[in-house]
Amino acid sequence: MTTSTIHDIGYRHYDGRRNGRAYVLRSLYVHNVRAAFGLGRPARAKVMPFLLAAIMLLPAAGSVAVVAVTDQADALMRYSSYATVLQVIIAIFLATQAPVLASRELRFHVVPLYFSRPVGHLDFVLAKVAAMTTALFALIAVPVTVLYVGGLVTKVPDSTAQLGRYLAALVGCALFAVVLASIGMVVAAFTPRRGFGVAAVIAVFMLSSTFVLIIQGIAEARTNFTLSGWVGLFAPFNLVDIVQVRLLGAEKSAVQVPPGVGGGVVALALCAAIVLGSIAVLYRRFRKAGLS
Amino acid sequence: MNATIAVITFRAMLGRRRALLLLALPLVLLVLSVVLRVTDNNDIDISADVLQRFGLATLLPLLALIAGTGVIGPEIDDGQIMYVLTKPIPRQVIVLTKLAVAIVLVAAFAVVPVLMSGIVLQGTTAGMAPAFTVGVLVGGVAYSAVFVALAVLSRNAVTIGLLYALVWETLLGNFAPGAKSASIQQWALSVVDALTSASPVKSTVDLPVAIALLVAVTAAGTLLAAYRLRSLPVASAE
Repeated sequence: MTTSTIHDIGYRHYDGRRNGRAYVLRSLYVHNVRAAFGLGRPARAKVMPFLLAAIMLLPAAGSVAVVAVTDQADALMRYSSYATVLQVIIAIFLATQAPVLASRELRFHVVPLYFSRPVGHLDFVLAKVAAMTTALFALIAVPVTVLYVGGLVTKVPDSTAQLGRYLAALVGCALFAVVLASIGMVVAAFTPRRGFGVAAVIAVFMLSSTFVLIIQGIAEARTNFTLSGWVGLFAPFNLVDIVQVRLLGAEKSAVQVPPGVGGGVVALALCAAIVLGSIAVLYRRFRKAGLS
Repeated sequence: MNATIAVITFRAMLGRRRALLLLALPLVLLVLSVVLRVTDNNDIDISADVLQRFGLATLLPLLALIAGTGVIGPEIDDGQIMYVLTKPIPRQVIVLTKLAVAIVLVAAFAVVPVLMSGIVLQGTTAGMAPAFTVGVLVGGVAYSAVFVALAVLSRNAVTIGLLYALVWETLLGNFAPGAKSASIQQWALSVVDALTSASPVKSTVDLPVAIALLVAVTAAGTLLAAYRLRSLPVASAE
């Protein structure tokens, strides 16, 4: 029979300051926001996000320029329609950058390295979704702000109403950002292979919007505007536009929206379900990946 | 053609759950067609609209993009392409094999579903189903060649491809007629137009020009990819 002993071989404990959960969350968030724009990475990673951000700014700048030259206030694009008009660019931005945030760690199997540190599974996911949301919000809200400031500078009449519409549009932008980011991150987290994530995210957006547009076209041709409005719930951009129209008092930018405040409430509930559901799915996904 | 490379590429493209993604896209088209058929919404205008907007303008570019960049892009990115390039296989054989795999995938996941969807919607009326099938096939070949070349040329191939397919062909096509004529989608549509008597299908490009351009683009893409693969700078993975 042998007796076992435990030797003290002199490992030292960490007894410095613990920065806590908020610090972890903030660090992950900042890192991910920077990653969403390719900051801190080679120039190759910066080209696409900034190119797309520049494309996003072009119509706003053009619109302001037209107002300044022709002095016709109605040439200014509506703030709430900006995201819908430029949905293709936003979708491409999301498609290229969501895999950067959601699939890179999965692809290289480094998620366990995060979770071997005091990083909570939920914090990890929340930081990623929040970072993608921030990036998208910046992408959409900056051109809208350019429109608003351009409107102020060129003295577009009715400035109080403009301010109200601008603030409502900012709320709309935030909702666009969080819904789109949630969908994009989930799709990207399940397609870690390079290139596949991009294609999968864009496919979700293009197929849903084409599908909805075709159904809406048929329904409108048969003057069935109710069906045409409700089917809009199935395309992300149309979904958020319903909330903008019915709850934030914007004019509609999508083909059709469901009637009454009820339609807006249903759409908002669906947005909330998408966001919460996505966080739950991402939580499970990264938790599982963290075990390997 | 090299059978081993083809098998490896097929396995990379269809392995695990990737086949499901490729399958999900055409499934949406088929479900839509069946629903329209069941609800009796399948007159010739709607059918042409569905096949053109969903099949030719959305499904085809997306699938060609996934297949075209997917057959070679990831391998170049993570450096695995070196294991193929260091074998005594001519580079053009590698490119041709990859391109053939991409075309087979597009045929399986885009051309066949479009044919099925066309038959569900219209049967054999006005020869629309076969016309769209041929159009999607020739468009698919051209798209695949372009996207394979793009994947060899650039690491941002998927994004550039998306910008071309969605912004150039769709958005700018609506505003600038010039951009509309310079798109694979319109050339494929011209082939469809020539093959079907259905009046809702209209293209802006004449058939001989379209065929010449399709052939030229396919050949140029293949040659460019083969040429660039001869001196490929392989950096380490990001």
